[in-house]
Amino acid sequence: MQTIEQYLPQHPFFGGLDASTIELLAGCAVNVHFHPQDYLFHESGPADTFYVVRRGRVSLEVSSPAGPRVVDVAQEDDVVGWSWLVPPYRWMFDAKATSEVSAVAFDATCLRAKSEADPAVGYALLQRVAQVMLHRLQSARIRLMDVYGGNDD
Amino acid sequence: MTSLAGPDTAGSPSTTRAVRTDPMLPREFVVTRTRQDTRDTYTLELKAADGAPLRFAAGQFTMLQAFGVGEAPISISGDPACPDLLEHTIRNVGSVTSALATAPPGTVLGVRGPFGTGWEVQDGKGGDVVFVAGGIGLAPLRPAILELVAQRAEYGRVVLLYGARTPEDILFGDDLHDWARKHGIVVEVTVDNGQHAWRGRVGLVTQLVSRAGFDPSNTLAMVCGPEVMMRFAATALADRGVRPERLRLSMERNMKCGVGLCGHCQLRELFLCVDGPVLSYDRLAPLMARTEL
Ligand SMILES: Cc1cc2nc3c(=O)[nH]c(=O)nc-3n(C[C@H](O)[C@H](O)[C@H](O)COP(=O)(O)OP(=O)(O)OC[C@H]3O[C@@H](n4cnc5c(N)ncnc54)[C@H](O)[C@@H]3O)c2cc1C
Ligand code: FES
Repeated sequence: MQTIEQYLPQHPFFGGLDASTIELLAGCAVNVHFHPQDYLFHESGPADTFYVVRRGRVSLEVSSPAGPRVVDVAQEDDVVGWSWLVPPYRWMFDAKATSEVSAVAFDATCLRAKSEADPAVGYALLQRVAQVMLHRLQSARIRLMDVYGGNDD
Repeated sequence: MTSLAGPDTAGSPSTTRAVRTDPMLPREFVVTRTRQDTRDTYTLELKAADGAPLRFAAGQFTMLQAFGVGEAPISISGDPACPDLLEHTIRNVGSVTSALATAPPGTVLGVRGPFGTGWEVQDGKGGDVVFVAGGIGLAPLRPAILELVAQRAEYGRVVLLYGARTPEDILFGDDLHDWARKHGIVVEVTVDNGQHAWRGRVGLVTQLVSRAGFDPSNTLAMVCGPEVMMRFAATALADRGVRPERLRLSMERNMKCGVGLCGHCQLRELFLCVDGPVLSYDRLAPLMARTEL
């Protein structure tokens, strides 16, 4: 398996960042592993970690009286979680491994501290997270239209 | 795309001559099997009462008539290599589709056509092929996929990205399995709403485009589904570098005659029953972006 320093530059999320920034960010990261049914985090818990999925699947779920509802699924090369970047730093969903999952886990406090110390790093991170958020928001809006369910005229 | 509009010209010239010269006259077909695919979608198998095959190109539709109720344009979902068996997959959304979808074996239905342009999947030979389907949109693509798998070796990487509303709404589950297992097609399925025990992807089908493994510079892409989904899928494919003239969409509009006479299906300068339903994105993009059509 590649080291975190080798893996990050190839990941689309970190694309365009220079070697020193990657090294800085890698200093906040560790490799982690989850088994099926393990939770990466729970709704309302402190958003203290940011994950990049290297292998496996993670489902983002909301519990409901009828059982858990899956709102999104992250897999290889997806990033999981942005609540770490915006106060009150609290998770909105449960994140559960649905297979063996290998991920890079970033310590959010460490990332926030580095972002504040070097606003260029903070801006680069913010831009990338905003891009992920934009795609997910657009996707959620289209899904809200229920295009397969009804008439899309 | 060549227009293939017009009545069936297959079979011996001595049979059903009157039917074949007048595209407004339906031929009689008998329902031989009705299969419920999902909560609201059914596949009908039909045989011509006169025994003459109905040859069609993948992507074409017929005007299917429930006598005494009405007529609706329905794409052919069967195998173009089996013209003796007409298959239609129908989602029950209103009076005509309800009568058609739930027609029991033995029912006689009227069939006009086949009409319209086809996918012309053979244009993808020697390169990669991407199918993007949403909901019932997998049905009109199925004949193209069946045509492709019959000559699988002639194509490069083949990817099918399919979005459905819920896991229960996924069509042609056995086919999806076969296409992946037996024919090396990369099949990615995603649902909008992943309740219950669904362990696959949740999210919009267009999200799958950016990570799918194909070479955009040498890809033929075919997209079918609700128009909103097709617009986003086409944009995502074009953003990946698929050339607009190699990107084909199947457009739906209300249809009456099916042969370019009544104007019901008009989209600006196009009559979708004869110029479409399958059109390339270079022709459609300027029309799809406008709201007042
Ligand atoms: C070229 C072409 C190919 C088609 N292929 C298929 C097919 O393979 N399978 C299939 O099930 N349908 C297909 N359709 C759509 C089908 O023709 C319509 O659903 C049908 O005409 C509706 O008639 P109805 O009397 O049952 O419903 P209506 O009473 O006319 O309509 C009932 C409700 O459904 C809505 N509706 C009508 N048409 C559509 C539509 N196209 N999409 C979504 N909502 C609609 C109406 O706005 C209304 O709310 C195709 C349409 C075209 C133009
Ligand atoms: S349906 Fe009559 S012109 Fe197209």
